Amino acid sequence: MTSTSEGPEGAGSSAPVGGAASGDAPDGWQELPKPRFLTARWTRQDRIYRLLVTSVAVGAFALLFAIGLFLFLKSLPTYKHESFWTFLTTTSFNTTGHQVFGVAAALYWTVVIALIAVVVGVPIALAAALFITEYAPRRLRRALITLIDLLAVVPSVIFGLWGFFVLEPNVTGFAHFLSAHLGFIPIFHTSSTTLAGGASNLEGSAFIAGIVVGLMIVPIVTSIAREIFSLAPIGEREGALALGATKAGVIRAVVWPFGRGGFVGATMLGLGRALGETIAVAIVISLTFQVSPELLKTGANSIAALIAIQFGTGGALKLAALLAAGFVLFCVTLVINLGASVIVNRSRTGASA
Amino acid sequence: MTIAPPAPPDPAGTASTNGRGGLSPGSLVADEVSAWFSGRLVLESVSLEMPKSLVTALIGPSGCGKSTFLRILNRMHEVVPGAELGGQVLLDGRDIYSADMRATEIRKRIGMVFQKPNPFPAMTIEDNVLSGLRFSGTKVRNKKAVVQEMLERAGLWNEVKNRLRALGGELSGGQQQRLCIARALAVGPEVLLMDEPCSALDPSSTRRIEETIAEIKNDVTVVIVTHNMQQAQRVADQCAFFLAEENRPGHIVEAGTTSQIFENPTDERTADYVHGRFG
Amino acid sequence: MTIAPPLELGRPAPESAPEPRSLSRRRPRGFSKADLSLLVVSGLSAVCFTWFLFYQLTVFSGAAGFVITSILAFLGIYYLANRQLYGRMAAADRVIATLVTLGAVAVAVPLAMIIGFLVERGYHLISWHFLTTDQRGVTQLAPASTGGVSHAIVGTLEQVGLAVVMGAPAGVLTAIFLNEVGKKAGGNPGALPEDASLFARVSARRAQALFLLARAIRVVITAMSAIPSIVAGLFILVVIVLGLGYGLRGLAGSLALAILLLPNICRTTEEVLKVVHGSLREASLALGATEWRTVWSVVLPTARTGVVTAVLLGIARVVGETAPLLLTIGSNSVMNPNPFAGQQESLPVFVYTYRGLSRQADIERAFAAGLVLVGLVLVLFVIARIVGNLRPGSLQQLLRRLHLAPKEALS
Repeated sequence: MTSTSEGPEGAGSSAPVGGAASGDAPDGWQELPKPRFLTARWTRQDRIYRLLVTSVAVGAFALLFAIGLFLFLKSLPTYKHESFWTFLTTTSFNTTGHQVFGVAAALYWTVVIALIAVVVGVPIALAAALFITEYAPRRLRRALITLIDLLAVVPSVIFGLWGFFVLEPNVTGFAHFLSAHLGFIPIFHTSSTTLAGGASNLEGSAFIAGIVVGLMIVPIVTSIAREIFSLAPIGEREGALALGATKAGVIRAVVWPFGRGGFVGATMLGLGRALGETIAVAIVISLTFQVSPELLKTGANSIAALIAIQFGTGGALKLAALLAAGFVLFCVTLVINLGASVIVNRSRTGASA
Repeated sequence: MTIAPPAPPDPAGTASTNGRGGLSPGSLVADEVSAWFSGRLVLESVSLEMPKSLVTALIGPSGCGKSTFLRILNRMHEVVPGAELGGQVLLDGRDIYSADMRATEIRKRIGMVFQKPNPFPAMTIEDNVLSGLRFSGTKVRNKKAVVQEMLERAGLWNEVKNRLRALGGELSGGQQQRLCIARALAVGPEVLLMDEPCSALDPSSTRRIEETIAEIKNDVTVVIVTHNMQQAQRVADQCAFFLAEENRPGHIVEAGTTSQIFENPTDERTADYVHGRFG
Repeated sequence: MTIAPPLELGRPAPESAPEPRSLSRRRPRGFSKADLSLLVVSGLSAVCFTWFLFYQLTVFSGAAGFVITSILAFLGIYYLANRQLYGRMAAADRVIATLVTLGAVAVAVPLAMIIGFLVERGYHLISWHFLTTDQRGVTQLAPASTGGVSHAIVGTLEQVGLAVVMGAPAGVLTAIFLNEVGKKAGGNPGALPEDASLFARVSARRAQALFLLARAIRVVITAMSAIPSIVAGLFILVVIVLGLGYGLRGLAGSLALAILLLPNICRTTEEVLKVVHGSLREASLALGATEWRTVWSVVLPTARTGVVTAVLLGIARVVGETAPLLLTIGSNSVMNPNPFAGQQESLPVFVYTYRGLSRQADIERAFAAGLVLVGLVLVLFVIARIVGNLRPGSLQQLLRRLHLAPKEALS
């Protein structure tokens, strides 16, 4: 909104046309008009309102900024104890003896679980978004949107419960199938599918955690994706239809090229959410500090789950290490979220929205 | 199943090089066509014959259902939610709305050019021309020849022959519309529907497109909606005058050859319209 | 051009009632009976094929494997059948439509499974007793029917309530700042003429500063909305609970929740405010209203349903947060209605903790508590939906009818 002008008070000068008032122009030349600079004087009511609102905003800003800063500062003692490189690359997280804390294992498994989640969740989200925008009749569309919003508010602890009590018993059979028949692929290979006591070596794995988290990110990716796909220009859609394209043809020629950038952004936001998921992972996995490509096997980790499980144990140094790990996670999520908005804005989706 | 697969491309390449192995114009007959939008009747029992190789113009003031009628002719009307229709549309004697006809097949035989040019902006000019063929899965053996021929027919070849790789969105409005015409012709339709194709264009593009219409009408039956009466007189062989009055939905007041409608109209309302007394 | 002989081209529609045939509506179907039977037949053959593969040839085994193989077989058979009958493009179209539909189903089915499983395992414990008793005096071996979650419910309500009080107004006001006050100043502040007054200069600088401030605030808000919930909890743990020595208490949990709530509400509210068209503000200013009146009487009422929805959905999200509370509120088996002192329990933490215990009774309690939690979230969700579907202004009408808002007209 432009500043309203409540009067000529305080306005900049305006040069007269047709005169040589400033004295710069040679005689006979017309002075070009200069724009007036308009300012406003606020009423008292407005001044109070603006002050109030601005201070609240600045307060929120300062607070949140301080939190970020504090997290950074409080994680520094860890790097006095051991170098940043050691922190990043050590896999163990010892609480006794020579205290060495390394976030490598946690970071590795965090990324693995998040990637599995993306592989599981993004295709489902893409299909659901396309179904809503291209295929669903009107009433079904609303019902499905409500369903997805519902899925978004289900607490993560409930997802964890479901994952542990319902999904795991049913999926271990499938994991067994994968490792038995596709075991030549390294990620599906499991060195031993049952442990000595007969217990399954396929429970509490990154695979199961990844499936659960994948379902959790479906609502985010789907809602953004369907908003984006619905913005695809009708003129192009009709053009494709009039050429005899099928629905799939319209999607391929119009909807997908238009929504590609936005969808990538949505995927990245889903990835960010998957990286930070805490409780569902904590419930499902059995914690390990070993790094291996066998994601069907028991044993996984994630920075967030690690903090949740181990925050009560160990001394101040360990707590600082957990904080440092949390800060690393925060930075990674931040970079991914920022990257997501840049990609969306640069793409054709952002240009039209 | 009575649907034939797409005609095989002409192996000798003697006929026109598009997907249907040769253009043959088709005749369209609308038989008591009515249209509703969300329960509201907007077209009432419109009947019209559009014989092959002729240019039929649909004229009349705005808002009387000409575009709706046009969209019924290639089954685009049903794309709009809440749209319904009644009556029959016969392409070479067969109802295009019968249960065994697929909309996608119909639209390949009855093409459409829209009021606002809508080339695919992310595709090159070449790909735009070929996109219709790709939608139907037709294998094109001599892509360059097809592209050249279609662009020539649309009167765009000379302007873009050196920049076929440019994106569709980079052309001017008139060029984009001609690209859309080339794209529609590449599919090899029997009828081409044009919904006020020149209304958003400058006079020289308009002139070029009218030349194109005159050139293609032996191979493709043309039905054109136009606001511009002079344009109707220039391009059309026959005209149909649409009107929607206060209590009546859109309907045809009078239809006949162009000279008859413009010089010797039977109905007084037609005479008023063509002489510019209302519009 | 050839002139055709006079043709019986158009018959003007009869003045009297039109013939019924043309006015009976037709419904062009994209999916005919033939297509349906093709679908069913393909499905049946896929199942038969898979059964054969699994049980006769015993190549593979397992229920999940059966389902997946039959889906893959169905897609293959369906594609080939369609291709034979209708050609390649139609077949590809049908298969893609099937895949897309499967994806949509894959969203609906887990949700039903989750709710169903909770109901199945926890419903039998839900009772008035369960909702109004805490875990005081419940021993290890007591049956599941003793004890309840009243302390957890109260804890959740209080913690979330405090978080909303702290975070929601601040979030909304910040959004107002970003969208209304910190806007790009009109005119060109950089082009001040040399003889501009001091006031003009100051005003220009101030507008510029506010705009840049808004940009910085927006960046920080976006950054903080990316904070993982556990890290927010960890922050409060380290700073408030340990650092300042306040100890574990409900308020600490509220603070952690507020950190998560504020950026969320700020961003969604800003989106809602953006939707209010600029012409409304212009109209108000043209009538002589101050900026404050414009915001209060025009912008906010128009956006009111959207803002309320944004707040409600933010609350619904925060109600289910476990991680930050896990670190900050401690645990308590008896009712502690004071969030400012002493440890408290909360529903999500209760679920998490009791699930991890080894006694069956405790696990059952966890399920029941989970059901209560989901019920609470659903109630909030439904309210948000109802409010969100109201037209602007009708929220006020609704509140007035419920005697929750003053009767005089909005002014």
